[in-house]
Amino acid sequence: MGKLLEVKDLRVSFHTYAGEVKAVRGVSFELNEGETLAIVGESGCGKSITSKSILRLIPSPPGDIKKESQILYKDKDILKMNEKELRMLRGGEISMIFQDPMTSLNPTMKIGKQIAENLIVHRGMNKKEAIKEAVKMLQMVGIPNAQERVNQYPHQFSGGMRQRVMIAIALACNPKILIADEPTTALDVTIQAQIMDLMKELQNNLGTAIILITHDLGVVASIAHRIQVMYAGMVVERGTTDEIFYNPKHPYTWALLKSVPRLETKHKDTLYSIKGTPPDLLKPPVGCPFASRCEYCMEICKEQMPKPTKISDTQEVSCFLLHPNAPKVEPPQGIGGKL
Amino acid sequence: MMNENLIEVKNLKKYFKISKHDILKAVDNVSFNIRKGETLGLVGESGCGKTTCGRTVLGLYEATDGEILFKGKDISKLRGNEKKEFTKNAQIIFQDPYASLDARMTVGDIIAEGIDIHNLHTGKERTEKIYELLSLVGLNKEHASRFPHEFSGGQRQRIGIARALAVEPEFIVCDEPISALDVSIQAQVVNLLINLQRNLGLTYLFIAHDLSMVKHISDRVGVMYLGNLVELASSGVLYDKPLHPYTQALLSAIPIPDPDVSRTRKRIMLEGEVPSPINPKPGCRFAPRCKYAKPICKEVDPVLKEVEKDHFVSCHLY
Repeated sequence: MGKLLEVKDLRVSFHTYAGEVKAVRGVSFELNEGETLAIVGESGCGKSITSKSILRLIPSPPGDIKKESQILYKDKDILKMNEKELRMLRGGEISMIFQDPMTSLNPTMKIGKQIAENLIVHRGMNKKEAIKEAVKMLQMVGIPNAQERVNQYPHQFSGGMRQRVMIAIALACNPKILIADEPTTALDVTIQAQIMDLMKELQNNLGTAIILITHDLGVVASIAHRIQVMYAGMVVERGTTDEIFYNPKHPYTWALLKSVPRLETKHKDTLYSIKGTPPDLLKPPVGCPFASRCEYCMEICKEQMPKPTKISDTQEVSCFLLHPNAPKVEPPQGIGGKL
Repeated sequence: MMNENLIEVKNLKKYFKISKHDILKAVDNVSFNIRKGETLGLVGESGCGKTTCGRTVLGLYEATDGEILFKGKDISKLRGNEKKEFTKNAQIIFQDPYASLDARMTVGDIIAEGIDIHNLHTGKERTEKIYELLSLVGLNKEHASRFPHEFSGGQRQRIGIARALAVEPEFIVCDEPISALDVSIQAQVVNLLINLQRNLGLTYLFIAHDLSMVKHISDRVGVMYLGNLVELASSGVLYDKPLHPYTQALLSAIPIPDPDVSRTRKRIMLEGEVPSPINPKPGCRFAPRCKYAKPICKEVDPVLKEVEKDHFVSCHLY
């Protein structure tokens, strides 16, 4: 699998009245062809900002992508592209589906036209061909009566169906990368399962690489190849899905895994919860951002940011517990290992 | 004590007339009871009527038909002091902690609004009570003079809980209290709700669509589909041995945070979507999507019957 996208030292800030909010603070990662990378973290950890930066969707001002950042798509820096190149990139090479299918479709345009728009711009089709192709796309994402449905408006679709339409629009031009920003958060469990299956199936057929952004570890278990855990604008741990679930090393990953109630947990047992709240990114802490909420916090954690430690070829963790001089700490019961 | 019913809901119906000929049957013939000190979970997809059900039980909506008994008294017939007593005893925690707090009131005044209305405490006593409530939900005294925008989602939900507790209720409807919160914060709020129940002997109606969280907090769980209660059982039994085909499908769609399990398990895929609750057809509401559907399912409404002890299901298969 070849490297498709490379993000190097991405730093994004927002200039507000209160000061500079450092939303993303030095994120680097790669995306290979045909794989699914999940970015997991709580709200405000910078996962959406990271993905929006890839398409240059951060409004500036107040947003500000720092000069040292690089986002290479097929060895070309997206951050240095001009408007015309960007227009070809967005929707053509890289496309995005958003969290809220209720507000991300245009309510005054027919569904077919919204899909066709993309095809006309990027593939140079005429209107008639584009509408025909739109019908095919709707069938592909599992919308019954596609022939009739192309002439309907978004309000005539349910939430799950609208998300399918969003996926159809995003995939219309056969992009290399699909960024899905919490695609199922607004949907019910049964619909969520349908949409996840659909994305998996389409990936198998089309070979699209997916960046899946979510806060729910349960959702990514079945679909992601690799997982990257973010906290306070930084990547704290990354690895293959099995590594993150069965051999997590960072206390924040432990906490995330543990705070989801499993169906086996005893009734009304106290759930593991992380004390406190994430740090204020107006004044990000000097040391490890998780230090103030971490049970295993040592003196050094408050003073220095830990460097990433390699566990295997694919797993990398930023935590001082992995330092040879640090005390050996076992993950809490029920975390790691097969269930 | 556990067997005493605090709330009894009998054949509750709540219809909304949306035009001359169209009736939206949000809650249709639902019966259940809630015992003193227990948590009854109510799950279902959006639009299944679970929130309407919760609000009607509190008297926020007037029931179209059926009875709601609180401590044996029909709440629609309460007047004057009795009605005031009921509104003090039954409280609600709302889903959206951003929309349910008045942005122009201080946290102290938000919490004390119920206290003022019911004339429970005044002056210094009132201030003391606010401080006590704040510490009960894990906030500080200093927070009383601040405004809602200064708080995070989890903290706001704590303020909402403090407000509900201010009038010392016996019964609280928790309407998706954790859906808008992050995973790590959800656990904090659920732990708080469980502790409060233990210490204060509260009774909850816990409405949610997150099935694993509902299992965790509830003693018994009811599953709703399109205005009907399709299954009701203790939470252990319901999750281990679901009987209704819809419950089975719903449970099999829960994401499992374990890659090996979630890659290999079989899911029961539901065809199509939830039909509209406007002018529903006769027969079982789930019949069009049910793979076990028989001719009778499309003609006769199934009734909720006790299949095993304390396990109720509304399906022609049983």
